[in-house]
This record gives sequence, structure tokens and C-alpha cells, in this order.
Amino acid sequence: MPKIEADVTIPESPGGIAAETSLRAPRISPWKPRAGEERLAYVLLAPAVLLLASLIAYPFLTSLYMSLTDRRIAMPGRFVGLRNFSELLLEDEIFQQTLWNSGLYVVGAVGLKTVTGLAAALLLHGMTRGRPVFQALLMLPWVVPASLSVLAWWWMFDPMSSVINWVLVNLGIISRPIRWLSDPFWARSAIVITNVWRGLPFFALCFLAGLVSIPRELYEAAESDGAGPMASFWHITLPLLRPMLGIVILYSVVMTIADFEIVFLLTRGGPRNSTHLLGTLAYHVGLSGGRLGEAAAISLFIFPVLAVVAYFMLRAVRHGAEVS
Amino acid sequence: MRRAGAGRRWLIYGGFLPFLVFALFPFYWMAVTSLKSNLEIYGAQQIPLLVRQGMTLDHFRYVLRETLFARWMLNSLIVSGSSTLISACVSTLAAYALARLRFRGSQFFGMAVFITYLVPPTLLFLPLSRLVASLGVSDTPWALILTYPTFLVPFCTWLLMGYFRTIPREMEESALVDGANRMQAMVRIVLPLAAPGVLTAIMFAFTISWGHFIYALAFVSSNPQKMVNIGLATELIRGDVFYWGSLMAGALLTSLPIILVYGFFAKRFVSGLTAGAVKA
Repeated sequence: MPKIEADVTIPESPGGIAAETSLRAPRISPWKPRAGEERLAYVLLAPAVLLLASLIAYPFLTSLYMSLTDRRIAMPGRFVGLRNFSELLLEDEIFQQTLWNSGLYVVGAVGLKTVTGLAAALLLHGMTRGRPVFQALLMLPWVVPASLSVLAWWWMFDPMSSVINWVLVNLGIISRPIRWLSDPFWARSAIVITNVWRGLPFFALCFLAGLVSIPRELYEAAESDGAGPMASFWHITLPLLRPMLGIVILYSVVMTIADFEIVFLLTRGGPRNSTHLLGTLAYHVGLSGGRLGEAAAISLFIFPVLAVVAYFMLRAVRHGAEVS
Repeated sequence: MRRAGAGRRWLIYGGFLPFLVFALFPFYWMAVTSLKSNLEIYGAQQIPLLVRQGMTLDHFRYVLRETLFARWMLNSLIVSGSSTLISACVSTLAAYALARLRFRGSQFFGMAVFITYLVPPTLLFLPLSRLVASLGVSDTPWALILTYPTFLVPFCTWLLMGYFRTIPREMEESALVDGANRMQAMVRIVLPLAAPGVLTAIMFAFTISWGHFIYALAFVSSNPQKMVNIGLATELIRGDVFYWGSLMAGALLTSLPIILVYGFFAKRFVSGLTAGAVKA
């Protein structure tokens, strides 16, 4: 079976996340580096480096330091070592709850996005006509900023006049209105549904790009060997889609765990802190409560996830580059 | 397609229908609510899915006249426009260097762009809020014009690096042979060819800034300085009284520019999406 790991990008895409090649060594070019090429490179890079160093690297370092102090707004902090971290992990029940919420949220939302995104991609792939139109319509939730569309979801989950409840009651699926945002279980479901709604198009489109790149001959060969659609799916589609699945899932894990506006707009972390994520809790503790050191420590818990994902994504991209 | 039988077609298009309903219903509901009278929105009625008691533009009128909506829109335009412009310039230069030039450390810088691209704004909003305060620009558009490039530049650079690579080197090479220096080759040959890519980057950057939430919420707090998405989410709700009609009208008006751009450039959006995607 030919290895096609490196070909999982949309053909017309300027640089698919899967096939992005920036981390390869620069291709050997036919000309030798000219005098001044290196200097020009540094000049061109300078503004970007300056900006990223002063507004990403430097703040990141100050937040590392801040997390080791008991700093509050308008008060200089004392150095307290790892006390913020140990107190959060060992004593702070709201924080422990938040870690648990984050785990549920990521597993639930990313899992559902993977399954539904794959289903949508397979359906789009099977369409003989109208695919661009359906694809464009499916994309809308991803295109419209979440901070606006989530307002519609907020209204759809309204305790008094939730249209979702109206539909479900009238279809006879439920007999009593669901308490969407006031019951912990349903509030968690609500933020997962909203996140899936927002992220599904991205998953579907990336998976579709992967499906398109699978050579049709493989299916034809399998079919002539008597394999049914299910067998083709398990033995051809899924294995060949794996690199794309991996990258999309990894990327989504970081973005989902760092999610902010869905929770902030729908529940503000409630009811009884059952929907707080690291970002919303850090905002609550740091900017509303003024406990900067503690809040910095909370948001830094996103970092290990980021580091692990970055490591695996770099590896995946490198691997893809080697295969090609 | 093999044996595209009618049954199979039904299965595919019928199976896609729930996805379409799921994707589009919130927008439909937004539009329907914004056109209903308050009486109909909150009254017990038979079928809420349609406007049955006459459409009204009252909610749009309210948003435009009685709130700072127009002012917020202007703030959003200024901030999104400036940060997009800054980011597009900075990123184009950096992406060209990373994609085309050979220099020590190019691998390191490429990796740095990739990693900063993955950094979610949620990780940095606290230290950045201190930084913004110490620069004395809290509660001004500058707080956002300065900080939005932190997520726009990695994204645009990443996208443009891919784009620059699709431009054949030979074109540039022949200019170099003809005696142009690298700078001239870049400005006269590569940049014009990369224009569609730069346009895509601009479009995405504008969309991302238009909807960006956490910095806009954390760094700007006085009502007249707010970005439109923050103004809608924080100023239209007072106590227990919900202005759902006007809130939906405002959200619709604010989404419209993005939907229009998307309508015109759907294909570019789709291909750019997989190039790294708007941050979720």
C-alpha cells in the first residue's frame, strides 16, 4: 500500500495544516546564498520577532513569575514559591472542579466533533452535485464569530422561552422543559453542544480534504475483491485518514481546553461552578477578584496541554515531511 | 461515482439534512427573533418558529438609536482594520523571509511561529492586561490594536509561508539573473504574485479580530470604548430584563459584514480554513 501520509491537504489550499512544510530544512536551492541574503532575512523578520518577543514571550515569562507570588491588583506581591499551585491542586475545590469540568468538556466536545465531523465529511464526499453549496452552508457556524452566534444559543437555551424545549416538547421527546443553563448536567451539555456546533465545520472540512486525497483506485480494488462499504471504511478510509484525524484532534484539544467565550456568555461558570474552564476561572479570580498570582497559576495549567500537543504536532509535521 | 443509485442519493442528501438544520437554525432563530414584536417574543404563542403577528424593525431601530451600537461598530472597525493592516505587513515580510531566504536560524524561527500560533489567548490575557496597564493604554483602542497582532501575526505568517512556497522560484531567479537585488525581486516579482494570498490573510485576520473576545473584554471596560461584540454581550442586558429582540438584531447586524465577505469569497475561505483555521 502506498504511503500517502504527506498528501492530506486540500489541493488548492495555500498551506494545509497537515502538509505545512515550514519545519523542513529549507529545500536545496539551485542558487547559492548571495551576499546580503542573510541580512535581508533578519531585517524582514525583525518586526515579527520584536512583536512576538515583547507581546508573547515576555508576558508569558511575567505570568510564570506572577504565578509564584501572592500578587493582587494594586499590591506588590511577595514571592511564595509553588504555594499557589499546591493550594489550587490540593485545597481549592473550585479549581479541582474546574479541572474535572475541563476534562469532561474536552473529551465530550472533541469526541463528538470527531464523530459528527467525519460523518458530515463522508456525506459531502459522497455528493455528486451541489457539494460546494452544501459545504458553504455548513461552514457558516465557523465563519460567524462565536462571540455573536453564541448569543443566539444563549437565547435558545433561555429558561423561560427556550425554542429547543418548545421543539422537543412538541415532538413528544420530552414532557417537561429541560433546565438548560441552571442544572449542572444540562449546562455542561449546553456548552458542549454549542462548542460542537461551532467546531463541526472545521472538522468536516479538514476530514473532507483528507478523504479527497485518498486514491479512488484503492476503493475500486477493494470492491473488486468483494469488500463492502463498511470494510472499505475500516481498512482504507480510517487508516489513511489517521494523520489528518490526529492533527485536527490535537489542534482542537488546545483550542477547546482554552475556550472562553462559550462558557462566559452562556453560564459564567455556573451553576455551582460546574461549567468553569481554566480561562473563565482565571478571569473570575484574576480580573474580577483581583488575585493575580493565583489567577496566573490557574491559566498556566493550560500550558502543559499546549506543550504536549505542540510536541506531537511538530512530530506529525516532521514525519509527514520525511515521508514525502 | 460508482452506481449512484437513487437509494444512495437519498441516504446521502437525507443524511446531510440534520447537519444543515443544526448549522443554520441558530441564524434563522436570530433573524426571526429580531423581526418579532416583544409581545410575540415573550407571549405564549402557538408556533414560535415563524413571525406570525407582523414583522417589525423596532429592535433594529432601538439598537441603532438608543444604544452605543454605532459607536461600538466604529471602534470595532478601527481596531480590526488597524490590527489587520499591521499584522498583514509584519507577516508578509516574515513569511517571505521564512519561505524563501536561506539564513542561520530559519528552522528555529519557523518553529517559533508555529508554536506561537498554537498559544491560545486565554493563556496570556492576565500578564497582557498588566502590560497594557503599565503602558497606560488600558481602556483605549490602542490596548487592542497592540495585542491583537499577537494572534494575527503567527496565523498570517503561517498561512503566507504556505502561499509563498507555491510561487515558482524560477520567476524570482530570472529577475536576480537580470541584475535585480533580492529586495527588488521580492517587491516587483513575488509580492504581486502573492497578492491573492495576502488578500486571504487580510480577510481572515479581519474576521478573527472582528470576533475576538477575551482581550476585548479584559482590556477595555468603559462603555463607549467597547468593541461591538463586547458591547452587545455586556451592555444590552440589564438585570433580569432581557432585550432578546434587540440583542438578536445587534448580533445579526454585526455578523452581516462577515457573512457578506464570506458570500463573496466562499472558496477562498474554505481553502484558507484548512491552512490553519481561525482560532476557535
